Amino acid sequence: MEQKKNVEIDYNDAVIHVDHVSKSFGDLHVLRDVDLKLYNRENLVVLGRSGTGKSVLIKLISGLLKPDAGDIHVLGEVVNHLKEKELRELRLRIGFSFQNSALYDSMTVRENLEFPLVRNKRNLTRAEINKEVEDVLDGVGLLRTINQMPSELSGGQRKRIGIARTLILRPDIMMYDEPTAGLDPITCLDINSLINEVQERYKTSSIIITHDLACAKMVGDRVAMLLDGRFERVGKFSEIFDTEDERVKPFYDYNFIV
Amino acid sequence: MAKKIETLLLEFAKIHRFLMRFFREVVSPPFEFKEIIRQCYEIGWKSFPLISLTGFIVGFVFTKQSRPSLEDFGATSWLPNLISIAIVRALAPLVTALIASGKVGSQIGAELSSMNVTEQIDAMEVSGTNPFKFLIASRILATTLMIPVLCFYVAGIGLAGGYLSIISKDQLSILSFITQVFESITAKDVFAMVFRAVVFGFTIGFVSTYVGYYSTKGTEGVGKAANAAVVASMFIVFIEELLIVQILALIG
Repeated sequence: MEQKKNVEIDYNDAVIHVDHVSKSFGDLHVLRDVDLKLYNRENLVVLGRSGTGKSVLIKLISGLLKPDAGDIHVLGEVVNHLKEKELRELRLRIGFSFQNSALYDSMTVRENLEFPLVRNKRNLTRAEINKEVEDVLDGVGLLRTINQMPSELSGGQRKRIGIARTLILRPDIMMYDEPTAGLDPITCLDINSLINEVQERYKTSSIIITHDLACAKMVGDRVAMLLDGRFERVGKFSEIFDTEDERVKPFYDYNFIV
Repeated sequence: MAKKIETLLLEFAKIHRFLMRFFREVVSPPFEFKEIIRQCYEIGWKSFPLISLTGFIVGFVFTKQSRPSLEDFGATSWLPNLISIAIVRALAPLVTALIASGKVGSQIGAELSSMNVTEQIDAMEVSGTNPFKFLIASRILATTLMIPVLCFYVAGIGLAGGYLSIISKDQLSILSFITQVFESITAKDVFAMVFRAVVFGFTIGFVSTYVGYYSTKGTEGVGKAANAAVVASMFIVFIEELLIVQILALIG
């Protein structure tokens, strides 16, 4: 397994601060007074069981959902107080890789990558757009798929193209929703390496939502475990699982087949 | 019962918000001209084969079925007048709207709903694009613009079908037919036809985008959205037809 390179993280500079946030859907209290920070250039893995609100957390950060209580600070802005136009501008600095890649299936790979670029950087020439698209695609090792439709790609390729589409706007923050879900172990390793590569090459700070501990171990500088709507355990991977907590142990035991 | 009324009122409030947002997005820049033109092509141009066939058949069959009644009074020479009034005042807008509800409405409902299910709408939102303006406003505008165009075409092709039906039994020159048609229909009839088509076009676009945008997750949601787009559009089109007929009768 490829080792993660040491990245200089500034623990005095939080790019995201989820400040005592709560979120409920009807009677279901998903997040309860959650407090979490993502530091500059850090890869933070958010672990938790299915349905515990991991995806809700990153949807709150990107402004797709609004919190019931608390504030979400992203790159110096309070997301839940921003007007629509301001939020749209902030979102250009946040890359969001969806669980199912969310590629536009009526467009080719090239058009998928061009879409955010031509709409947000309207002064670019055709040659510049082509160069950007080809560079980013080459970066994820899939230049050969440029004229293919999403339906012709494998799961792993779709994930990579999805990541490439977010990277094309050169975001400061990346959010990965279940990046290895549904992929074979070899492809998982490729995706994990890509996440580390993105952190190094594009100097991003990232939140990685997963319940794949191999992914968490390989990419995470810190791990935050969501238990009963709260981050009860936050720290290095080894610290998180040094416990007898019955809510945490099965995670480790299952993933590493103890 | 109270719960049902509350749900209904909440749904009305949601529809109202959707409508207001449409008007707000449509008048505020940046304008999605390219997407509107693409949608006009998808909705308008790609509907021509189906609409040609149905328009022609409606004109032909309506004329054939009307002939016996006029024959009883020896008034078959009035057929061009009868069919032109019937087609322009009622059949063309209604047939266009019903065909478009089936073809365009289901297509928009299913497309937006599957985009919703696969998080493509969220992906658009987080990449700095306003999905409401890009996906919803452009489609509603395109149906509102293209249904009247298709309606004129259906009126023309329906009259052509009627003419062929007439000459299969009688002798009538195309020039006499056209003269009789233009003598029968008034500017008010044409205005009423365009008005109906605009209202129906807006309805089809609005209903199908609404059900697609707010569809439930899962593949079942896609099927339900496509179905609801067709059923609800057709139902509302008939209600609107009823209301417009009454209003036009009142105006005189």
